[in-house]
Amino acid sequence: MITPNHKAPLTFASIELDAGLKAALAKPRSDLIAEVTASQLKGRGGAGFPTGVKWNLAAAAQADVKFVICNADEGEPGTFKDRVILTDHADLVFEGMTIGGYAIGSNTGILYLRGEYTYLRPHLDAVLAARRQKGLLGKNVAGKQGFDFDIEIRMGSGAYVCGEETALIESLEGCRGEPRNRPPFPVDTGFNNKPSIVNNVETFAWVTCILVKGSAWFKAIGTQRSTGLKIMSVSGDCAQPGIYEFPLGITIAKMLEAVGGVGAKAVQIGGASGQCIPASEFNRTIAYEDVSTGGAIIVFGPHRDMLAVARNFLEFFVEESCGQCTPCRDGNPKLLEGVELLEQGRCSMRYLNELASLGETMQVASKCGLGQSSPNAFLSIIKNFKGEVMGRTQGETH
Amino acid sequence: MLVTDQERLKSDIGKWLERYGRDRSALIPVLQEIQKKYSRISEYGMQVVADQLGIHPVEVYSVVSFYSFLDHKPKGKFVIRLCRTISCDMQGKARVAQQLKSDLGIDFGETTRDGKFTLEWANCLGMCDQGPAMLVNDVVYTRVTPAMVHDILEACRKTFGVYALESKHEEGHA
Repeated sequence: MITPNHKAPLTFASIELDAGLKAALAKPRSDLIAEVTASQLKGRGGAGFPTGVKWNLAAAAQADVKFVICNADEGEPGTFKDRVILTDHADLVFEGMTIGGYAIGSNTGILYLRGEYTYLRPHLDAVLAARRQKGLLGKNVAGKQGFDFDIEIRMGSGAYVCGEETALIESLEGCRGEPRNRPPFPVDTGFNNKPSIVNNVETFAWVTCILVKGSAWFKAIGTQRSTGLKIMSVSGDCAQPGIYEFPLGITIAKMLEAVGGVGAKAVQIGGASGQCIPASEFNRTIAYEDVSTGGAIIVFGPHRDMLAVARNFLEFFVEESCGQCTPCRDGNPKLLEGVELLEQGRCSMRYLNELASLGETMQVASKCGLGQSSPNAFLSIIKNFKGEVMGRTQGETH
Repeated sequence: MLVTDQERLKSDIGKWLERYGRDRSALIPVLQEIQKKYSRISEYGMQVVADQLGIHPVEVYSVVSFYSFLDHKPKGKFVIRLCRTISCDMQGKARVAQQLKSDLGIDFGETTRDGKFTLEWANCLGMCDQGPAMLVNDVVYTRVTPAMVHDILEACRKTFGVYALESKHEEGHA
């Protein structure tokens, strides 16, 4: 029923299991973190925070208990890479978490799996049990005296906002998934107020690869500021939707060629919270310094109505806003009303500019990253497709 | 709720708190267990959990009302969640939705009168390359067509024992 849809083998498939963990445990902690830092790996969930820096901060924090948290609350519309990684390469992820535990001095890992992926749970439990059996989890991991580490799985309950790291921690603590103010960051006061690293599923898998193949290998791929490879979830109007592995810095045009999406009129990069890039800008690159993404690529063919796309994304945010802060809670319904006016052809340019200004306010004034990015799709669609969305006559779709 | 039902729920909650630990971070796992077994989290259940954890029942209610997979209203034995996000939308989720409504005789957000099916929208199920996608309890269906809807519902109806899908899931655990 679930076909993983790999278009080409991923690097993950070529990595020898447990070689990364053994290489990590053979190093002193500071060398291990230095290796991760040297690779310049940045958070693969989309925020792009340097992993080595995060680990260094958590390692330096003084505490009796620390936590390694894997964010598997993959809820961004258009993203499904973590599901595939957990299905086919769960060992690499758990290995990366174990490496993280050794690096920061933690002996508890938590995988926060979204409720929608409950069907993956038996498989993941089996992988964990097999690792315990082999001595790769538990007491003296892989024979390393004094390093104990185990991983438990906690389930989400259907809240998109829990993909935000502080909301995820709130949820683990048994509270509503409402993001916290940052700072303080989770590396100081994370789960149960203890230093915690929260990393994406893919980030942990890359850490394992970096330990096997070396930071120089990783750094040689990509651009100066965006190193390495990135797993992309491609869907929408293209011949071969599925999971792809691309070097960062690839142009959108090249990517479209690879997925059979040439002729698209726009591509949504980064899911509902990302940007909608029109065909005229397909020479831009996928990189943290240009168009940044957690891996969601949605291709829109020439016949798609971009206003319908904007409506779908705004309906999503109206429902998934946690409701804690005003710009996101009240701003998104207001933008959605604006889309309704546009659909009826009753939105003046003056009012559209007001809505754009509201969107910019939301970007600045929302409390968490998700709220700040919620107007992105709307703003980029009204900017890039003005001719298409304005002056509609009753009942017209583009 | 019958007194005997209340006692059963209370003893279940005690059992789950033993398993997950008696602190606040056990709250959501315990609520998830209640939801799974009883298809709802009753006010009584929330009070028992609150009492055992030493927090106010309103705190428990605030958590239950926040998460879309937790509900204090009774849900059907089979909760159908159709993905409404953009990729599934572009692959024809509207027609699947229409067929689900016709075959079940209910709208989204409702439960059939026999208490078997609840129909809901879901936001991105992570099956964007194989849409339209929907979850029936924990089982995911991909590339659903309007013609498949009847067979999927019949497969649910034919299962004897109301927790058929869940018990399959538990076997996987063991």
